[in-house]
Amino acid sequence: MNWLLLLEQILNGFQLGLLLFLLAAGLTLVFGIMDMVNLAHGSLYMMGAYFCATFTGWTGSFLIGALLTLPAVFLLGVVVEIIALRTLYARDHLDQVMATFGLILFFNEATRLIWGPIGLVIPLPEFLNQTVEIIPGAPYPAFRLAIILVGFLVAGLLYLIVSRTKLGMLIRAGASNRDMIGALGINIRLLFTLVFGLGAALAGLAGLMAGPILSVEIGMGESILILTLVVIVIGGIGSIKGAFIAAILIGLIDTVGRSFLPEILDLVLPSQTAATAAPAISSMMIYLLMALVLAIKPQGLFPPKGVGR
Amino acid sequence: MNLSPRLLINAALLIFLAVLPFLTDWAGDSFYTGLVARILILAIAALSLNLLIGYGGMVSFGHAAFIGVGAYVVGIGAFHAFEDGIDWMLNGYIQLVIALLGSAFIALIIGAISLRTRGVYFIMITMAFSQMLYFTAVGVETYGADDGLSIYSRSDMLGLIDLNDEKSLYYLIFVSLLVVLYLMHRLVGSAFGNVIRGSKSNEARMRAIGFSPYKYRLTAFVIAGAIAGYAGFLMANLNDFVSPDVMHWTRSGDLIIMILLGGMASLFGPLYGALAFLMLEEILSSIPLTIGGLRVGEYWQLIFGPLLILIVLYARNGVDSFLPGARKNT
Repeated sequence: MNWLLLLEQILNGFQLGLLLFLLAAGLTLVFGIMDMVNLAHGSLYMMGAYFCATFTGWTGSFLIGALLTLPAVFLLGVVVEIIALRTLYARDHLDQVMATFGLILFFNEATRLIWGPIGLVIPLPEFLNQTVEIIPGAPYPAFRLAIILVGFLVAGLLYLIVSRTKLGMLIRAGASNRDMIGALGINIRLLFTLVFGLGAALAGLAGLMAGPILSVEIGMGESILILTLVVIVIGGIGSIKGAFIAAILIGLIDTVGRSFLPEILDLVLPSQTAATAAPAISSMMIYLLMALVLAIKPQGLFPPKGVGR
Repeated sequence: MNLSPRLLINAALLIFLAVLPFLTDWAGDSFYTGLVARILILAIAALSLNLLIGYGGMVSFGHAAFIGVGAYVVGIGAFHAFEDGIDWMLNGYIQLVIALLGSAFIALIIGAISLRTRGVYFIMITMAFSQMLYFTAVGVETYGADDGLSIYSRSDMLGLIDLNDEKSLYYLIFVSLLVVLYLMHRLVGSAFGNVIRGSKSNEARMRAIGFSPYKYRLTAFVIAGAIAGYAGFLMANLNDFVSPDVMHWTRSGDLIIMILLGGMASLFGPLYGALAFLMLEEILSSIPLTIGGLRVGEYWQLIFGPLLILIVLYARNGVDSFLPGARKNT
């Protein structure tokens, strides 16, 4: 086994995991507090990437582009919430799934109309576009390292907001009993809008960081949305802690699994079978994990307390 | 039997579908027979899903997987018959039995695990399972992986029906639809159907009077899966092609849209929904209007997306609520 490769893949796993966490945190809050299934969360991620590509093009600097993107996606989230989603909170999940499915279609088509069908490239500044040797002998891209740092930073910040501030207190109260905080005189509508905007900004942040390493294209939101849904379901809907642990878990399993499963399968299966089975099994692994978790704990690993569903 | 206006409209639709191939013959354009055949197959799948969603309250988001299972049985059979000369694998009856049993068996496994969960978790876990099957199909190089399988010869029904004849295939699909409609009608009205519907509206009460909803739900899940597998069998024969795309989660979303467009918890709803869905696609994508050099029809989803939201918000029971005698507050 190649230890340097393993180490590199573990870093990649963390990087994917933290991106997933940024998406999952917003989604699980919306799920937990408003009891709302939002399939269009991936579209906000896509908009983050497209906005950043555009702003970077205008200003010539990735950092300024990124800083402009965050409030832009926040505003977009707020607008979407006010226009389309607000009336859906009281509806059942089926309605929410369908309406937000409609939003996905709209966003994809609008993006194709505005930016065209061909994907965009986000150019990185010099200092991010190089490799650093954190472990001797294993150069690692600086930008991926930056994603990991930003991811941990935001996770920490989010933890502080949720556990130490008044807004966080309301969010936690909303997740465990949303009718009660309404009865206590809290402006729930405003709280919901804020939380949705915050979730949108986090999704946008994930999108603008994923843009340079994956590619900025239509439909990029859907593939990661499914992964994100897997994360929050494994973590327990409404739990930020669960989302964090599940996101890292999924990130590691997906990346490390993809690069090492062929070798592992080779040990137990005839090599011909292993070679054909490995790609299919490695893309199935996270779904297998999710099925396993739900079969044992139908409410996910960390179900938030007091959620009566 | 009293002939309500609603019954007359439904009957008129069925009669129209029955004579459609002759109408298109007469008009000299057989394109629409193929389109409607595709709609009817999707209607069969949507009808089976509606047993779960509309009557049972089980929002399964992975129903397209079973269509894929049925379709791949035909595709793999034709592949081996063509490549390796194994003739029995082209036998339509054998393919049909394997498609039904295979999709029922997979539905049994998926249902047994998924039905332990509720609400959003159920939506997500059924989607996860369908993605697993999707990635399995993507991963198997022998059967075309991403690119799919071309089916060089349709199922051989041993001279009883010639599936290569478009009209015969259409009528097989049409009669299948009638059978599935009748089956659903009987099923929903039966004691079994009452338990399924009762478990949707009040599970605790269902338990209190001595029914364990799990077994009934699982049975419904397996029945729905097998019917969707049958739809897949028909679809592979109609398209002469099968690819992992039939199982993608957005295809499952399409099926739910059809049910929603047509109106849940009504027998004919999914049929109207499938018609409305594909007709909307045809109509919206051929809007001839051009604004600023852009053809509006090319961006039809820009209209379809918000339309979907409006339907969800304001026309809760879809087409069904526009028909006379619609039930209120369902």
